[in-house]
Amino acid sequence: MPATPTNVPEPSRTDPALLRNFCIIAHIDHGKSTLADRMLQLTGVVDQRQMRAQYLDRMDIERERGITIKSQAVRLPWSPSEGEESSGTTHILNMIDTPGHVDFTYEVSRSLAACEGCILLVDAAQGIEAQTLANLYLAMENDLTIIPVLNKIDLPAAQPEKFAAELANLVGCEPEDVLKVSAKTGVGVPELLDRVVRDVPAPVGVKDAPARAMIFDSVYDAYRGVVTYVKVVDGTLNKRERIKMMSTGAAHELLEIGTNSPEMTPADGLSVGEVGYLITGVKDVRQSKVGDTITQHTKGATEPLGGYKDPKPMVFSGLYPLDGSDYPELREALDKLQLNDAALVYEPETSAALGFGFRVGFLGLLHLEVIRERLEREFGLDLIATAPNVVYRVDMEDGTEHTVTNPSEFPVGKIDQVHEPVVRATILAPSEFIGAIMELCQTRRGTLLGMDYLSEDRVEIRYTLPLAEVVFDFFDQLKSKTRGYASLDYEPTGEQTSDLVKVDILLHGDKVDAFSAITHKDKAYAYGVRLVAKLRELIPRQGFEVPIQAAIGSRVIARETVRAIRKDVLAKCYGGDISRKRKLLEKQKEGKKRMKMVGSVEVPQDAFIAVLSSDTDGDKKK
Amino acid sequence: MPSALPDGEPMPEDGALPRSALAGAAGRPLGFYLHVPYCATRCGYCDFNTYTASELRGSGGALASRDNYADHVVEEIRLARKVLGDDPRPVETVFVGGGTPTLLPAADLVRMLAAIRDEFGLAPGAEITTEANPESVDPRYLADLRAGGFNRISFGMQSARQHVLKILDRTHTPGRPEACVAEARAAGFEHVNLDLIYGTPGETDDDWRASLDAALGAGPDHISAYALIVEEGTQLARRIRRGEVPMTDDDVHADRYLIADERLAAAGFTWYEVSNWATTEAARCRHNELYWTGADWWGAGPGAHSHVGGVRWWNVKHPGAYAQALAEGRSPGAGREILPDEDRRVERILLELRLADGCPLDILASAGARAAERALADGLLEAGPYEAGRAVLTLRGRLLADAVVRDLVD
Repeated sequence: MPATPTNVPEPSRTDPALLRNFCIIAHIDHGKSTLADRMLQLTGVVDQRQMRAQYLDRMDIERERGITIKSQAVRLPWSPSEGEESSGTTHILNMIDTPGHVDFTYEVSRSLAACEGCILLVDAAQGIEAQTLANLYLAMENDLTIIPVLNKIDLPAAQPEKFAAELANLVGCEPEDVLKVSAKTGVGVPELLDRVVRDVPAPVGVKDAPARAMIFDSVYDAYRGVVTYVKVVDGTLNKRERIKMMSTGAAHELLEIGTNSPEMTPADGLSVGEVGYLITGVKDVRQSKVGDTITQHTKGATEPLGGYKDPKPMVFSGLYPLDGSDYPELREALDKLQLNDAALVYEPETSAALGFGFRVGFLGLLHLEVIRERLEREFGLDLIATAPNVVYRVDMEDGTEHTVTNPSEFPVGKIDQVHEPVVRATILAPSEFIGAIMELCQTRRGTLLGMDYLSEDRVEIRYTLPLAEVVFDFFDQLKSKTRGYASLDYEPTGEQTSDLVKVDILLHGDKVDAFSAITHKDKAYAYGVRLVAKLRELIPRQGFEVPIQAAIGSRVIARETVRAIRKDVLAKCYGGDISRKRKLLEKQKEGKKRMKMVGSVEVPQDAFIAVLSSDTDGDKKK
Repeated sequence: MPSALPDGEPMPEDGALPRSALAGAAGRPLGFYLHVPYCATRCGYCDFNTYTASELRGSGGALASRDNYADHVVEEIRLARKVLGDDPRPVETVFVGGGTPTLLPAADLVRMLAAIRDEFGLAPGAEITTEANPESVDPRYLADLRAGGFNRISFGMQSARQHVLKILDRTHTPGRPEACVAEARAAGFEHVNLDLIYGTPGETDDDWRASLDAALGAGPDHISAYALIVEEGTQLARRIRRGEVPMTDDDVHADRYLIADERLAAAGFTWYEVSNWATTEAARCRHNELYWTGADWWGAGPGAHSHVGGVRWWNVKHPGAYAQALAEGRSPGAGREILPDEDRRVERILLELRLADGCPLDILASAGARAAERALADGLLEAGPYEAGRAVLTLRGRLLADAVVRDLVD
């Protein structure tokens, strides 16, 4: 094992020719964090004593779910071993961690843009998964040099030959070029680092130009404010300089600049090609946005680097506190989470049925799930989340246009066209499931784009699907129809016009806003029938007959009736029953308070939760 | 398994009542309930406080057995005398219930009654009732009771159909309860009641009609008809949960109630409480009326409940623990509640609304009064009595009494 390199070049004074900026693309559980841990140890930036598993993953949820949400960059010194042409010279490897999930495609693209090469890490027992493939394609589009690596070769179930062939196929190399490592034992990792030095190109920038640094991550820290991770593409950023965010023109003082190895270490500056962090004292990641370009405040660059995009929420859900008095706590919690999440948007919303809450926009379903879980876990809130929906654009015949983020706001009147977002979905699965997957995609209004065999028995299927169909329980269905073998990735590709209608639910003639849904015309009937039947089970019998109707506009498409209650009396009432009876009465009165009144109908809160939660059994059973 | 006791504050060791409880006592009737916690077998639907073992011991070794049970009750009657002090009221009603009172020798029941007569005196025309199991009485036994002062008897008939009795675990043969009525009449009992249960799993409308007809044919002057309540913790609840017997739908209960009211009315019976019908005003169960009109009664025996002037208390449930307390000279009371005025008002509404006389509108708060107006409009309250200032349930209203109560107590 090589000793810790000596003569390590310092930040701001490192020859770009010695820099290697790379990332690791891998699926959850394929061993990325373990590999990163080994690299930290081998390069000596973390000693044995400090080492803990998944060193770089900071948030509890990340560690628990084994996913990385926020990326980081670590500066690793490495001298290639003898036999390599550059042997003995200490190089600087910047390992840029990428988020591993479908919802964070844009963040991934910015991380990739900060690199010149990437390690494609695949479990030798499982082969490549859809999200990894999608990120691989993204890396190839960014002209990154790909180093294919099979991990977990120590596992008995490993099939290195089979999956080496699969990777060679995808990357366009020879199977022998695929490195085989065990991140767990460390076998092959030094060779991998040597390969990074040999194959990944050094960054190319203009040294004597005004500085242009691209933000690829921005993290809120309770003690330090926002920590911004950048790659300096041209020129140099020096400490105590005044800098400018090019998208907004806002100026900030550079309070600190430095690199991570792996803790934050201040430096004099960052020079062309280098990767590091900077702190300006801003308190909100929105003021330091991923993809933005930083330059000097005076005599700075005039042209920003390309590729900046504002984060755009794709999926919306209404979040309501179960206990209405928790509304201020919910607002405060969202405010806090937003400090660290530029993609999280929300505004207050009132529902006749659920009270006061927020309509919250997310990048996707995982983003939604993570936020909801953090609200419940870190802030101790009990929430009702309405079924997730996408954003619709509605053109009216009179020429006006509406953007609908809440189904109950779907306009009435003469509608010309409705536009819905669509995604390009990539599904990887064993070929035996092709039929089942196609059937699922067809019922979800999908259009087949193409299909390729990755190896003899693994296939890549591409579909265009309405996002609305994907957010509704698609992944669960896909998993259950493929016994868990399929993996899914999708990216937004634009909009399509569709024959969409709003289905309203009426209780005793009164519309219940929280139950309104936008659905394709051909599916409206099934949706109405299902929801109405479910409500009939959940709404207790009242003193009068309660019709439950599903309607499109004024046209009723489904109806059930909750019959009037005929008996509500306890037969016996002896002397000993009186205290019991009075206490029961008090309990019933309490229960009545927890009922939500919809018009004259008492609806138990549980009914709302059961109908609205996206993971209700009714949906699963379909 | 017997149902749980309510929560309350602890009972003082000597069983003393707050002074407030006896204020105005002279204006309220006083009754006695005597509990007999023994049965030959436990019926699958029953959650009453009763035991099939004939001997049970308390933690301190006190023995409670069928043989000495009457002694313990007599002991508590003497305690009642002490607690009520110089309260001059004679006792208006005595009701012996269970369990199965008639598992004890008639002499024991008579001895307990005698203790009440000795300590308190019986009012002229006092109503003295015992419950009786059709299988455990004969003409001799009935004659002994009658001679000892009992003048009303209530038989647990439940159903005239064998298959229904089987689900209920009742051991008597169809026809026996009707014969009991004749025997009781012959022994000189003035008032005879038959208890019926409807809505037992497997019972049909026709089964129910047959039970009503059989009961009416026997000539009692009082019939109680209760919907079967499947209480948590009973054998029947477990059998239903396991799917061995079906749960009866509430609508079926409603239908059976309407059948009962129709048949009983046609036979000259009038309802005076949701589940109780009598041929004349004199045939009503005065003891149960004490419960429903806020009167005072002392409940003696394990698990028995008492009420005196807004104080409700209840005894320890286990016969052994009960005997132990009395042996140590302590009150067998396990807990009590002293009702604030608002709770007393709520209780009045929930009890009196079940009666044919109804409850006065002037005890309703403003929200409750508005609810009464709505209930009248919905056909749940009778118009005539409403005009006269009383809330009286209609036939449909009786079936929804608990819902009406929930609104009226607001």
